[in-house]
Amino acid sequence: MGGSTLTDVDPKDLQAFAEAADAWFRENVNRDPGFMLPLTFMEVGTDQQFHFLRDWQNKVYEAGYLGAAWPKEYGGGGLPQAFQAEATRAMRRHGGPIFLNAIGLNWTGPLLLDMGSPAQRAKYLKGILSAEDIWCQGFSEPENGSDLGNAQTRAVRDDDSYVVTGSKIWTTLGKYARYMILLARTQPPGDRKYDGLTFFLAPMKIDGVETRPIKKLTGEHGFTQTFFREARIPADEIVGVEGGGWKVAMRTLEYERGARGGQAGGYVAVGSNAWDVLEMARKMTRGGKPALEDPALRARMVDFMIDIQSNALCSQRSGFSPLNTDRPTGVALSGKLMHSEFSRRINEFAISLNGAHGAYYVGDPNAVDGGWWTRSYLNAFSGTIGGGTSQIQRNIIGEHVLGLPKS
Amino acid sequence: MQELGRLGFSEDQGSLLEVATSFCAKRSPMARVRQLIEDGIGHDPDVWREIVELGWLGIAIPEAYGGAGLQLAEVVPVMEQMGRYMLAGPFYSTTLAAQAILAGGTEDQKRTLLPRLAEGSITTLALCEANGDWDLANITCTATATGSGALRLSGEKRLVSDAASASTIIASVMLEGRPALVLIDRAALGPDALRREVIIDETKRACSLSLDGVEVPAANLLDQDRAGAALHHIHLTANLLAAAEMCGGTQSVIDYTLDYLKTRVQFGQLIGAYQALKHPIVDAYVSYEQTRSHVYSAAHCFGEQGVGEIATRMAKAQADTTLSFAADRAIQFHGGFGFTYDCDAQLYRRRAIWHASQYGDAAWHKAKLADLLL
Ligand SMILES: Cc1cc2nc3c(=O)[nH]c(=O)nc-3n(C[C@H](O)[C@H](O)[C@H](O)COP(=O)(O)OP(=O)(O)OC[C@H]3O[C@@H](n4cnc5c(N)ncnc54)[C@H](O)[C@@H]3O)c2cc1C
Ligand SMILES: Cc1cc2nc3c(=O)[nH]c(=O)nc-3n(C[C@H](O)[C@H](O)[C@H](O)COP(=O)(O)OP(=O)(O)OC[C@H]3O[C@@H](n4cnc5c(N)ncnc54)[C@H](O)[C@@H]3O)c2cc1C
Repeated sequence: MGGSTLTDVDPKDLQAFAEAADAWFRENVNRDPGFMLPLTFMEVGTDQQFHFLRDWQNKVYEAGYLGAAWPKEYGGGGLPQAFQAEATRAMRRHGGPIFLNAIGLNWTGPLLLDMGSPAQRAKYLKGILSAEDIWCQGFSEPENGSDLGNAQTRAVRDDDSYVVTGSKIWTTLGKYARYMILLARTQPPGDRKYDGLTFFLAPMKIDGVETRPIKKLTGEHGFTQTFFREARIPADEIVGVEGGGWKVAMRTLEYERGARGGQAGGYVAVGSNAWDVLEMARKMTRGGKPALEDPALRARMVDFMIDIQSNALCSQRSGFSPLNTDRPTGVALSGKLMHSEFSRRINEFAISLNGAHGAYYVGDPNAVDGGWWTRSYLNAFSGTIGGGTSQIQRNIIGEHVLGLPKS
Repeated sequence: MQELGRLGFSEDQGSLLEVATSFCAKRSPMARVRQLIEDGIGHDPDVWREIVELGWLGIAIPEAYGGAGLQLAEVVPVMEQMGRYMLAGPFYSTTLAAQAILAGGTEDQKRTLLPRLAEGSITTLALCEANGDWDLANITCTATATGSGALRLSGEKRLVSDAASASTIIASVMLEGRPALVLIDRAALGPDALRREVIIDETKRACSLSLDGVEVPAANLLDQDRAGAALHHIHLTANLLAAAEMCGGTQSVIDYTLDYLKTRVQFGQLIGAYQALKHPIVDAYVSYEQTRSHVYSAAHCFGEQGVGEIATRMAKAQADTTLSFAADRAIQFHGGFGFTYDCDAQLYRRRAIWHASQYGDAAWHKAKLADLLL
């Protein structure tokens, strides 16, 4: 990020950094705080979870293992990307808890480095890394979800502020956020519905903004409906220009879906992996024999191994440009669809491996792995719905990569 | 936890990919593919000569034996582009035969034969039998030593690719109860030994081969101690190259179908706007990109013990699944035209059936993977 990826890396420095990171995470990871941790940043549902995860992110940042590749002047480490990648690997190796400030770290941060003003970068980036400022995203509305361009929340200019009225929904971390990236309508739609949208960096803890928690299918909390009743946002908190919000929102979604790099580092979700499922298949029995001896089950297990390898290899593809010349954005734009659908399917499969115990849920002492699999399956829909549904992803690939006419 | 393969791509792969793409596009436009279907030997000897001059037959043959000394990884982009443009010819057969000699030949045989193969002497393998078994060690054809020291062969081989244009055929047989590979000079075969077979992929050629009454000198026996290992190497190589050829084919059948979805109008709009067609073709495309990642990963890791075999089987399984699906949908999405011989969709569907039937389909490789991974 910020040009630092181009800097030459001294392998010795890098190795020393990696070793230090490894030692630090070994020392500092606390996987079991005595209460259930969320699987992703979207299920931060209790104050206990929130404070624990915020402190964790802050601690990693202070140690230099988050934002290592963001520019120094904005609170980053100013190092080449390879250093952050090593820190992230170490975090994963030691099973560090997730970072909760995903919307800041992965979407807003890179967006501001890309399209924000120097003043905005100076004001916001450090707080994103330190987790002092939690961010949320106000895109979806009750009546306009996939059809984001049709958003109707109004922002009317009045003197040196915009007065915002309307409602956003499914606001992840809405309860805790200090700021929101907000897409609102500053002009009634012109010829195209996308005209007249503006992208704001909106304060949440002000008069006229109210959040109401929504309970998820898993029973957890994590997102809110957010109401704006003549809330006043300072007029200089716009990214880009008034009326130019659609372009900024689309760029944000590219960061959100991982189709564009520059994220601060670490990870914001933990998932099931095929090896854990395999372990379970070894333990479980069917008809008195290990489940893994069932040929039908073996065949499905192999399918998952191939899929997991497909995803892993495709994540490496961006490094091999001669293999991407025909449709340069194809693999990157397919990533979200592939990963989220895989996660949904493998968790579903894992529940069936639980046998009769598939009936238990989080909270019962007999639940397999504390109910991880059922909870993970239900939570997996956050990936296939949030950030643009799988159907919308297929439209995007079909239209933007394959050049098919719009549906 | 079993280690899985990684992606890798060499500079040589890059330049071969570039050259092969433009060569195959130029030498094998679809009209030419269609013409060669009607042709007896099924390929253009002039194009074959050009391929030989480009040095592609020697890519994976060591320099000591007259080749370029690169790896099978570098053959993969060539094979992929041949598959993309359906360029016909005995490249696959001859490359595979060279690998058989490398893995199972004596030093003498390598010295004499490999330079000839690198110079385009068409050579093929006769492995399949009436049992149709993908396990190449399940052999019933036999070789028996005669009094004069020669080997007398018997039995029938099937689906011998490019046998009619080959100068040498390498057959698997049982000799004294153990697998063996023997070289057969095609000139030594009787007039009825080869029968051209009617096969599903009309761009390819195959024969059945009767070994009854064929005698070869003892010097034609490959190193019998290495026959088992050679058969395993042939099996994996065949699947790597087939996966590459299928991967290229998948790209073009998707492109072919996309053209139709962007030009055919029904109910007042381009049919590509219907999600009933758009979403499955996206699925085929995403699956194609995954296949390509698997193929190049298998190419890169091919020589690594364990990892190479897993990556290769994954690549073939994925290539089979993907090309079969993409070509199946290609027929459907062309409507009534898709049902015709003129529509190219059938060529790809037939290609997929051919490769699934040779050296193992997706289900079979997955069964093997289950044993390796679980
Ligand atoms: C866990 C979670 C967290 C979220 N967090 C946030 C957040 O922080 N901020 C935020 O702004 N939003 C958030 N969202 C909202 C998310 O972006 C929307 O739910 C999503 O974009 C879909 O919109 P919708 O819910 O209105 O569904 P709809 O758009 O009403 O879709 C309903 C169904 O119709 C399908 N569909 C719609 N249009 C088409 C089409 N053109 N072609 C084919 N199928 C179509 C969809 O795929 C879906 O299956 C979150 C959602 C979830 C699940
Ligand atoms: C073996 C055979 C025999 C036949 N015999 C006769 C006969 O005797 N007499 C006769 O009149 N006809 C006959 N037909 C023609 C047959 O009825 C048409 O082929 C069929 O109705 C499809 O029309 P089409 O070929 O124009 O394809 P198109 O309508 O162009 O369809 C192309 C593709 O687009 C899809 N598509 C089209 N519209 C939509 C939509 N709105 N939503 C989603 N997908 C869409 C189709 O499913 C198809 O996959 C025959 C066809 C075959 C294959």
